[in-house]
Amino acid sequence: MFQSVPTGASSTKGAPVVPDLAELLLLSGRADENAFAALYDATSSRVFGLALRVVRDPAQAEEVVQEAFLEIWRTASRFDPDRGSPLAWLLTIVHRKSVDRVRSAEASTRRDTSYHQQNQPVEHDATAEAAHASLEAHRVRTALATLTRVQREALELAYFGGYTHTEVARMLDLPVGTAKTRIRDGLIRLRDTMGVGA
Amino acid sequence: MSDIHALSGAYAVDGLDGPEREQFESHLEHCPVCEAEVGSFVEAACLLGETVSSPAPAHLRAQVLRDITTVRPLPPIARISHIRPRDRRRFPALVAAAAAVIALGAGGAIFHPWSPDPSGPPSAGSSIDQVVHASDAERYVKDLHNGSSTTLVRSPSLGKTVVRTTGMAAPPAGMAYELWYDRDGKYVPAGLLQAGEHTLLLDGDAGAASGAAITLEPATGSDVPTMTGDNPLVSFTFEQT
Repeated sequence: MFQSVPTGASSTKGAPVVPDLAELLLLSGRADENAFAALYDATSSRVFGLALRVVRDPAQAEEVVQEAFLEIWRTASRFDPDRGSPLAWLLTIVHRKSVDRVRSAEASTRRDTSYHQQNQPVEHDATAEAAHASLEAHRVRTALATLTRVQREALELAYFGGYTHTEVARMLDLPVGTAKTRIRDGLIRLRDTMGVGA
Repeated sequence: MSDIHALSGAYAVDGLDGPEREQFESHLEHCPVCEAEVGSFVEAACLLGETVSSPAPAHLRAQVLRDITTVRPLPPIARISHIRPRDRRRFPALVAAAAAVIALGAGGAIFHPWSPDPSGPPSAGSSIDQVVHASDAERYVKDLHNGSSTTLVRSPSLGKTVVRTTGMAAPPAGMAYELWYDRDGKYVPAGLLQAGEHTLLLDGDAGAASGAAITLEPATGSDVPTMTGDNPLVSFTFEQT
């Protein structure tokens, strides 16, 4: 399936062919539907996984994924490789839509819920376990372990929970205005440990 | 807001809402340090997605690929690059309309951000300040792919326009950025930004113009825009008053 798709690395016999996402975005911007299909195949697990984690409801996650990929298709030509990685560009669109969805749909009761009540583990299934085993996920978890507990919790509440920094401060019983600092410090640590965004 | 830079992390993870987000986005327009930092935070935040990756339901693929057949991808925004030799051609009136469409499609914003200056009538201070603080000031912002940004503020009542560029590459040696007013589909010269200059009060009557544009020209300026390479680099369409 990937044979006609531009690759980021020269492939030797039998080696897996890795799609070049930037190239696929460029082609998608020129209305190349095959390239976009390849882009979907290369990113759909991360896109769906993120949407599902934030909105929690699988049916809503599917809708978010549909909306996100439509916007990715529509605005592919606006991706600027000088400004960041293609995957970050994609996931930013997905994340924004997921957070918008969960904030507009929720009742006010969610905002009053304390952190520990909210932090029930998401159901794991076999496919999620397979994802957990991915090398990159392992590296990220290792990097997250270098954050302080508060930094990590603040970051996860904001990113995965879709909470604003003021809500995060309330949920973690932090002084008003300090959650944004924890989030920022956590991101600095994560960024530097993973060596991205240079 | 004592330290707006401190919001960069929260912004990168969509942890700002409403007025705070708008405030920070305005701040980003003129703070390249925060812009770079937000970019690096976004890269880091998106790594978190790796830990929750989960295969999408099989039926979604066909749905997504069907959806995209109903929507046309946006065309790319013009990028700045060096002028390549090409035939000169007169700038046709129709191109102004096309440029206006590109300007609006690329997210050119039109709004009136300033309330009347409470400290009294405009003083004999800088004309640029007068335009920027005029009660009918219109502000247009265009971003280009290379990270540069152009802000144009027009006051129809004062008949003047101010242009400010941010992060714009220095013009090649012997060249300058020239400003133009669009008058009935014809571009008339409105000033020159020499190397190192970033702000300009345009020559001529802003009220009589339907738009403006920037092109790269010889440093002495041209009487008609040179329509080669990526010119016009940026164009604006004014609100019809």
